[in-house]
Amino acid sequence: MTSTPNATGDVTPDAPTGASSETETEYHRLGEDIRDTAAPSGPIERRWDDRMFGARLVNPANRRKIKVLVVGTGLAGASAAATLGEAGYQVETFCYQDSPRRAHSIAAQGGINAAKNYRNDGDSIYRLFYDTVKGGDFRARESNVYRLAQVSVNIIDQCVAQGVPFAREYGGLLDNRSFGGVQVSRTFYARGQTGQQLLIGAYQALERQIAAGTVTMNTRHEMLELILVPDAEGVERARGIVVRDMVTGEIESHTADAVVLATGGYGNVFFLSTNAMGSNTTATWRAHKKGAYFANPCYTQIHPTCIPVSGDYQSKLTLMSESLRNDGRIWVPKNKEDAEKDPRDIAEDDRDYYLERIYPSFGNLVPRDIASRAAKYQCDDGKGVGPGGLGVYLDFADAIERLGRPAVEAKYGNLFDMYARITGEDPYERPMRIYPAVHYVMGGLWVDYDLQTNITGLFCAGEANFSDHGANRLGASALMQGLADGYFVLPNTLADYLAGSPFEKIADDHPAVLEARQAVEERLQKMLAINGTRTVDSIHKELGQIMWEYCGMERSEEGLTKAIGLIRELQNEFWTNVKVTGTNEELNQTLERAGRVADFLELGELMCIDALNRRESCGGHFRAESQTEDGEALRHDDEFAYVSAWEHPAEVGGKPILHKEPLEYEYVEMKARSYK
Amino acid sequence: MKITVNVWRQQDAESKGSMVPYVLDEVSEHMSFLEMLDVLNEQLTLEGNDPVAFDSDCREGICGTCGVVINGIPHGPEVTTTCQLHMRTFKDGDVIDIEPWRAGSFPVIKDLVVDRGAFDRIIQAGGYISAPTGSAVEANNIPVPKADADHAFEAATCISCGACVAACPNGSAMLFTAAKITHLGLLPQGQPERDSRVLGMVEQHDAEGFGGCTNIGECTAACPKGIPLDTISRLNRDLLGALSRQTIG
Amino acid sequence: MAVSGLIMIGYLLLHMYGNLKVFAGKEAFDEYAHHLRTFGEPMLPYEGLLWIVRVVLLAAIIVHVYAVVVLWRRNRKAGAVRGARRYYSKKNRTGIQRSYASFTMRWGGLVVLAFIVYHLLHLTTNDIAPGGASDSPYERVVNGFEIWYVVVAYTIAMLAVGFHLWHGIWSALTTLGQNRSSNRIDSRLTGLAVVVTLVITLGFLMPPWAIFLGLEA
Ligand SMILES: Cc1cc2nc3c(=O)[nH]c(=O)nc-3n(C[C@H](O)[C@H](O)[C@H](O)COP(=O)(O)OP(=O)(O)OC[C@H]3O[C@@H](n4cnc5c(N)ncnc54)[C@H](O)[C@@H]3O)c2cc1C
Ligand code: HEM
Ligand code: HEM
Ligand code: SF4
Ligand code: F3S
Ligand code: FES
Repeated sequence: MTSTPNATGDVTPDAPTGASSETETEYHRLGEDIRDTAAPSGPIERRWDDRMFGARLVNPANRRKIKVLVVGTGLAGASAAATLGEAGYQVETFCYQDSPRRAHSIAAQGGINAAKNYRNDGDSIYRLFYDTVKGGDFRARESNVYRLAQVSVNIIDQCVAQGVPFAREYGGLLDNRSFGGVQVSRTFYARGQTGQQLLIGAYQALERQIAAGTVTMNTRHEMLELILVPDAEGVERARGIVVRDMVTGEIESHTADAVVLATGGYGNVFFLSTNAMGSNTTATWRAHKKGAYFANPCYTQIHPTCIPVSGDYQSKLTLMSESLRNDGRIWVPKNKEDAEKDPRDIAEDDRDYYLERIYPSFGNLVPRDIASRAAKYQCDDGKGVGPGGLGVYLDFADAIERLGRPAVEAKYGNLFDMYARITGEDPYERPMRIYPAVHYVMGGLWVDYDLQTNITGLFCAGEANFSDHGANRLGASALMQGLADGYFVLPNTLADYLAGSPFEKIADDHPAVLEARQAVEERLQKMLAINGTRTVDSIHKELGQIMWEYCGMERSEEGLTKAIGLIRELQNEFWTNVKVTGTNEELNQTLERAGRVADFLELGELMCIDALNRRESCGGHFRAESQTEDGEALRHDDEFAYVSAWEHPAEVGGKPILHKEPLEYEYVEMKARSYK
Repeated sequence: MKITVNVWRQQDAESKGSMVPYVLDEVSEHMSFLEMLDVLNEQLTLEGNDPVAFDSDCREGICGTCGVVINGIPHGPEVTTTCQLHMRTFKDGDVIDIEPWRAGSFPVIKDLVVDRGAFDRIIQAGGYISAPTGSAVEANNIPVPKADADHAFEAATCISCGACVAACPNGSAMLFTAAKITHLGLLPQGQPERDSRVLGMVEQHDAEGFGGCTNIGECTAACPKGIPLDTISRLNRDLLGALSRQTIG
Repeated sequence: MAVSGLIMIGYLLLHMYGNLKVFAGKEAFDEYAHHLRTFGEPMLPYEGLLWIVRVVLLAAIIVHVYAVVVLWRRNRKAGAVRGARRYYSKKNRTGIQRSYASFTMRWGGLVVLAFIVYHLLHLTTNDIAPGGASDSPYERVVNGFEIWYVVVAYTIAMLAVGFHLWHGIWSALTTLGQNRSSNRIDSRLTGLAVVVTLVITLGFLMPPWAIFLGLEA
């Protein structure tokens, strides 16, 4: 543990040293500033219309000849592929699961935001825009966020038309709930399974196009490389991908006129997270290594109400809806000695309801990052409960007394059942134990307003890009973004790019294709040949521990520097001592994992470098050196109001290059968040 | 706990498989069933043996990727997914049989991993509402009675895991098919394609080689999402209606 | 399949009603047997209706057996692993909510078929005549059922029929779209199936046992 001050201790805010003038540090080099040249200027509410009007169109008859690859079939990928298929393009899609419907979007519980204002409670596109910019702690682009709020209303219409069974009121109209600390009710939901229902809607639209022959689906295919081919003017364009057929091990290349990555988030770099077992960074990391900028990699969202780890065999963490904090009270024992005791035997006076104490006005309902960090401090202090002392109580005793057990059951029954199933404890009888867990990443491939990366012809959508949430994502906004990108944004902006196609056909034996395939084959063979003594999972777990400890809820210069060293050692350990059993020519799950972990090891390092560079606290990124006197996050807008877009160094072992995209706020005034 | 597992090992689709016993000395009751298999795999890998292939992704009971037959019951003795089953359901010294889903239309790929692509093809045959992007009307223009919406939701919670097929003595996928028919058939938006949907999906179901349903009911008992049996009757009603309309004109 | 089964069930109900006339005595029963043959005269020839019934029944049985064979083969393929048991585990052979009746449909059905053949030879064509042939159907019945092994054979057959119907009635109605319940056990149709099955089985069993025990009129 680093010796950083905590919320209750004394703090000296560190004035950041003048870093912007540095062009090179121990860990990175500074590149040219970049700009989002695709976004139109003018009044914000007209920008998207202007962009659509300005976009070139593709004649329907020509669309048949144009091919697009979509990697990923989550909300972003499935909706994009279905829509492009409907428009008449030839689409080819890929996912690593055995069915497109299993993408991790399926696990989203809470809901999806939209500025419908059905409650007549003063919501509007502008308010959703405002809340999102502010929620993102002023590290998102205004243009993007405004567009997101605009199309949010169409998303709901679209989903309802597809048969998504949203919750309804007795009158038959759509129901809403409030979510994530905003004051209006704008969240649409389908019990605790909103992501599932939205994804099934997009999946069905996709299957319809597969039946119609416009989309070809490749399940159990993992993208392992991006193919770039220079055009006549020498511009490198994304023209294809290399994939591995996970059943036969065959390495295939697919070429097209454009490539879309919608491959989800990389939270699994922490090993333990609420992401699916297979969630990975491979597609985006391979693209990054081919030149795509990786933006804000250090912005991770840590969710306060997850079920704590129960032992070192733990393979993943389970999220429990945030709504529990509406009625549950969070506490830890005042005395460390009580941590092992049965909580019911701890007297009221010996309990510390620390959120209610420190944040009297918001109490247990402070935002995610604050609640998470507060829990960490209590546990660091030795007051944590449950296995390993990593947990705090979430107590419903008061609520049960006040509302009665049936009311609590009606509201939270399914969550309580889930908790009981996983932990074997009855939450009606004894307080739940909760602990924060990695849940979402705001960082991702850098894209412009058109969702195009800096590689021409390579687009990126959904959680895989960095675009709309700044340093922190509001609850129920990721589903909104995924579907906005896939149904409405990408099909328009991609068309503009495709208007310049079809490009020259790329043969299967084109040197660029052969080279990419060969790189993939060599890498796989290399991993299989090491035959060391460490399992892939043991290395992944170790990486996760390093990341959680030093690049988790609280980061410090000392910790991050240490982490970078440890990760580099671990990279070496991987490439010299990992044990990957079996061969490539079969279903080989160890080999699949090894490839993903190899990429996580590199990404983890970049995350630490990014976190080290950003000597301010904002949203999901909390630097110990940058807090107010009472331990709250302290932004440094004068210095860090930019997107960090990282370029991979051309030379082996070189330092990553930081390009800054300055952020300007014309509509929302930058203010400090306060929840006291 | 000490647990012995008998696991179906099969190198690939063509090979002949067999049950192979493994002993695990230290199983915690808090482990999930799949974490127990993870531990087994770490052990096998370190011994230089091929780890057991099995599918899982979300490990939250929602994606439908996981699923093995445990002691003869799909997803094991509790009504939940394999990933949500915990070892506290078992006792020290237990011998647990673990096999893949078995059905002609779910060929084994390796060990406990099977190919469920047939499900996607059944959906392709009509398991959707045609609503091209951009064509939608304002969402609240068509009210849906809450009871219908709730029922549709209940049917829509099918996670496409395939346990129903694995449990059905006839290898029928009728519960899966019926869940989709019910979900879309209960909504006003689903009406225009109601006949073509049921005809297409049932035809594809049969073409995929799934068995015929004789109303045995094992499927609902094994279904982790409790998809109710009356969905099958609803499918039959729709089918009879569609067939009669088709023959009469 | 469902329709053919239901036709046969319909016949069984009538048939049982007829058989119960055994209790009304020889006259009534023979009268009934005769009536069967003359019903509809002169519009229909002698035995006309009976022949219609016979044709319908025969058709139903043929359709039924054909459907069974097709379904059986298809389901074997759908569930099976070539040349091996489906599941090696022996721990869940009886399933969770299936009924005993549901997995004896095929063999039970064969028993019923064998019985019908025997039964026709016995009581309709009178080719096999345990206890002595007779022109009076009543006599044939009574003669037959005074012998214990005939009664036992009929009893076994009736139980087989009972099992077949227990699942068959529920299944046929569900196939026709009538089930509204979330599982088999709670369904009202299961209740209906059990009642009809009991009525038919007991109804059929009464005459032989009554005769055997000497209780007939
Ligand atoms: C437990 C949980 C609860 C959540 N709840 C909410 C909520 O209530 N509201 C909300 O708004 N957001 C929520 N989120 C966040 C939200 O679900 C995700 O951010 C969003 O669904 C991501 O969608 P996506 O389409 O970008 O990616 P995903 O759905 O993750 O899809 C990724 C796709 O890419 C494919 N893929 C990945 N790598 C490769 C590769 N190398 N090769 C080929 N294919 C690949 C996968 O197969 C998959 O099809 C939640 C997230 C989690 C984890
Ligand atoms: C000739 C010999 C018979 C055989 C081999 C036979 C076999 C079967 C089989 C294998 C099934 C079905 C599948 C199942 O639901 O498990 C079935 C269903 C059924 N049988 Fe029979 N049966 C025979 C005679 C009869 C008779 C005589 C009757 C009625 C009196 C009958 C009534 C039914 C009914 C109602 C069904 C249910 C149909 C459905 O599921 O839709 N069967 N039979
Ligand atoms: C113990 C019970 C039964 C008794 C006492 C009985 C009695 C009889 C008698 C007396 C006849 C001859 C009627 C006549 O020729 O006028 C007959 C015919 C017949 N019985 Fe039964 N029966 C019994 C059970 C059954 C069952 C269970 C079935 C079917 C599954 C069945 C099917 C038939 C058929 C198909 C005929 C031929 C009808 C015809 O002539 O077309 N019987 N039965
Ligand atoms: S109906 Fe139930 S058992 Fe069958 S696939 Fe759906 S969820 Fe699984
Ligand atoms: S178990 Fe099989 S027979 Fe029908 S009711 Fe279920 S599909
Ligand atoms: S792994 Fe997703 S349902 Fe079990």
